[in-house]
Amino acid sequence: MTVGAAPPAATREALGPTLVKLAQDGVDIVVVDADLGKSTTSREFEKVFPDRFFTVGIAEQNMIGVSAGLAAAGKVAFCSTFGVFMPGRCFDQIRVSVAQTGLNVKMVSSHGGISVGEDGISAMAIEDLALMCSLAGVNVIVPADVVEARQAIEVAARTPGPFYIRTGRPKVPVIYDDSYTFELGKAHELRAGNDVSIIATGILVKPALDAAATLAQEGIEARVLNLATLRPLDEESIVRAARETGAIVTAEEHQVHMGVAALVSQLVGSKYPVPMGAVGMKDRYAESGKWDELMEKYGLNAETIVREAKAVIARKGSDGRIR
Amino acid sequence: MTSEAQSGHPGGSLSSVEILCALYFGGVLRHDPKLPDWPDRDRFVLSKGHCTPVYYAALAEAGYFPVDELLTFRKLNSRLQGHSKINTVPGIEMSAGSLGQGLSYSIGQLLAARLDGRDYRVYCLMGDGECQEGQVWEALMCAGYYKLDRLTAIIDRNGVQNDWFVKDTMEIDPLDAKFEAFGWHVQTVDGHDVQQLIDAFEAAKGVTDRPSAIIAKTVKGKGVSFMENNPDWHGKGPNKEQLAQALAEIGE
Repeated sequence: MTVGAAPPAATREALGPTLVKLAQDGVDIVVVDADLGKSTTSREFEKVFPDRFFTVGIAEQNMIGVSAGLAAAGKVAFCSTFGVFMPGRCFDQIRVSVAQTGLNVKMVSSHGGISVGEDGISAMAIEDLALMCSLAGVNVIVPADVVEARQAIEVAARTPGPFYIRTGRPKVPVIYDDSYTFELGKAHELRAGNDVSIIATGILVKPALDAAATLAQEGIEARVLNLATLRPLDEESIVRAARETGAIVTAEEHQVHMGVAALVSQLVGSKYPVPMGAVGMKDRYAESGKWDELMEKYGLNAETIVREAKAVIARKGSDGRIR
Repeated sequence: MTSEAQSGHPGGSLSSVEILCALYFGGVLRHDPKLPDWPDRDRFVLSKGHCTPVYYAALAEAGYFPVDELLTFRKLNSRLQGHSKINTVPGIEMSAGSLGQGLSYSIGQLLAARLDGRDYRVYCLMGDGECQEGQVWEALMCAGYYKLDRLTAIIDRNGVQNDWFVKDTMEIDPLDAKFEAFGWHVQTVDGHDVQQLIDAFEAAKGVTDRPSAIIAKTVKGKGVSFMENNPDWHGKGPNKEQLAQALAEIGE
């Protein structure tokens, strides 16, 4: 269940093959694409099920509406494009035609976060989770690796109602093997520890594990939670982490003021306040560059998580109260 | 209804009365109020979702729900929401209220019908001001591309939008030429002549290689002298005196 021998893979690689498998299993899947199906890998579905794959051109608003109509007629309607365009270009359509209807539309974005790399800031979705988490009744998932991405897509296909799943562009380490079972709405504890909790999302989960290993060398035992599901939020695991470890660091590839840090701190602040630190994008945009260089420059890495962990531990009071 | 609620959209509802009459009571729509979820029913999609007064009235009159319920429109705990919402009363096909979304939904319904071998038709009622929304043109292009011959869009061409006249806000003409350029069959009719509407709907059923548009030339606030062609009556309810006058004029 920890980093194995599997070669690095992008979470977006899960989409096409998983949809083909589900359709072959008899799930009544249709796929709507807005001219990025090669990148999101949804085009792989077209090769096997050409009649069930619909292009709408570069027209994300129409893509959402067409998906809603297909879903209302009984289909499991998947649609995909980059995270900047969905929800960015079609938020109102998602809100009115999907969230407020509860229709069975599965929105899978790729190219989430700054790890898009060279394409630069217009292509980097670091606001998509804020938008999607603001909607009532939409499940929001950010898989940590390709194994979890496959399972999340399968759960979305088999669970009625709207889903948003964010995948990423670069090949990243594979954390899980096939013994893992993704559970919707459950944070997965990857490492036990009671000195601090690192609550990480998406491709920041691997750096969180690396940070925990570094901290362990200094005698600090960090709990690592993979928070793959942002909505519905696993309140029980998060509050327990606050209570049992007394300090939390969140890590995400998103604006922290409206992302995982915000979701977790809102909950912890009302249920069990503890010192908190946030790793992520802090009220700014990134730039073009190689994805791994960007992660270093903008501090989305193990080193920053270690630093934040030590800082929140230092703020713990001897009586358990925030200092 | 809008007088009782002291809010709502009488103007665009009055301009659409004959359109809904033709569809629901003129033998155009294949539907059964006792079976609102019948998979083979024709779908009527109200894309100009603010025109719920005429929509609810037609559905109630057709037998989808009790007529008595109409005066609960827009009130707390009523099923009759200000803008149409799916899964509220039987017969409501889709949520609306943010303009420009109904045609895309209609396309999805028809793509599914093709896969499932069903022959239902989809009728989508849009406003003329609504045609200023970009999504409408995405959908027009898409429906033309997929040659969705069982799709009929009706444009309530009443010439008035929320603030002012359409032509003085953002001109949409020549609407017929634009639809044709996007691969649509187009008819223009008097939208207050039920027979002309029925004939146009029947003619659209005979078009087998393209989606159809019916541009229905109408008068906003039709039948009420002080509302007719008056942008002030897009989105408010009449008071008691105005209601009495309106009902008297419509009754004539």
